[in-house]
Amino acid sequence: MANKLSLITKGLLKENPTFVLVLGMCPTLATTTSAMNGLEMGLATMFVLILSNIVISLIAPVVPDKVHIPVYIVVIATFVTVLQLLMQAFTPDVYKTLGLFIPLIVVNCIILGRAEAFANKNGVLDSALDGIGIGLGFTLSLTVIGIVREILGSGAIFGWKFISGDGILAFVMAPGAFLVLGYLMVLFNKIAKK
Amino acid sequence: MEYLLIIISAIFVNNIVLAQFLGICPFLGVSNKLSTASGMSLAVCFVITFATVVTYLINQYLLEPFGLTFLQTIAFILVIAALVQMVEIVLKKVSPSLYQALGIFLPLITTNCAVLGVAINVVTKEFTFGGEAHMLNLGEAAVYAFATSLGYGLAMVLFAGIREHLAGNDVPKAFKGLPIALVSVGIMALAFLGFSGIV
Repeated sequence: MANKLSLITKGLLKENPTFVLVLGMCPTLATTTSAMNGLEMGLATMFVLILSNIVISLIAPVVPDKVHIPVYIVVIATFVTVLQLLMQAFTPDVYKTLGLFIPLIVVNCIILGRAEAFANKNGVLDSALDGIGIGLGFTLSLTVIGIVREILGSGAIFGWKFISGDGILAFVMAPGAFLVLGYLMVLFNKIAKK
Repeated sequence: MEYLLIIISAIFVNNIVLAQFLGICPFLGVSNKLSTASGMSLAVCFVITFATVVTYLINQYLLEPFGLTFLQTIAFILVIAALVQMVEIVLKKVSPSLYQALGIFLPLITTNCAVLGVAINVVTKEFTFGGEAHMLNLGEAAVYAFATSLGYGLAMVLFAGIREHLAGNDVPKAFKGLPIALVSVGIMALAFLGFSGIV
């Protein structure tokens, strides 16, 4: 039981996809303009990650080794398409804000990375838990980056404005993304590697 | 005139790495040395331009007439994967020296989100270059893709130059490696913000 639990918790710190594995940088930088956007992007990625982990762990034994990457990519692309259609139907606003980065989940290296490193040699339950763990870790990091950028950039947190005025616009724009991620990584290194 | 605007906008104003956040993984991954950075930029340049033209045609003549645009993501990624494979085979035969130089970067391009990102962008987004918003035609799409990939190369080569200097500097321990690289990119992006508003 403890073993199963550790599958979920490892993604939060020890194998955090953003700060330790440094995967999936594009959505991490692009969609974290506010805490809410980061959270939504994380959840969308988690959805695809869990489902593709489950299916890949099921089909891995029968997929010939030579074509396994194209097969995995098609599986992932299928779930991304499902997600796109679901989001267009039920959360069109979110779909519009995240825009290009929803179809780009296909090429998010976290998902193919987990398929290669975990799902293709573990059982269905373990792979699903791994998907949840890594997905939660990704969601957590994106939300944290989003919170920092939102506070600095617009003086608000989850849309609740507590500082009047505009904030430092650069933090909502591109340079802020790189700077905040860089400094958060320094902080993470300081705390985690003690 | 419009083509010139597309080129300037794609290279400087909306730089694919520094303003659009596409292709960050290889950008951080292979920018350690100037030589590998330029090799990677060359390969990416080739694939982005080629892939955008092919996916544009597929979208226009295959997906749209049959109402299959929801299959865009799957179709495009397959086309890109096949294309990268093909480029690899052709290069191996035609120019072994270039193939050698690009080496492992070629297969990696499939998962470079810049390629898929540009391909999806040109068929779904309206662009304004001086005039009013409109969907790009094939010629504009090709020029846009080529200019975007030049912007990728520019950012990559500039950053590789900075990183080669960083390697010799005494950086605080917690900043070593990626954090200092990210902070440098941030400052670079800040500089590129200066171009905004030109087009």
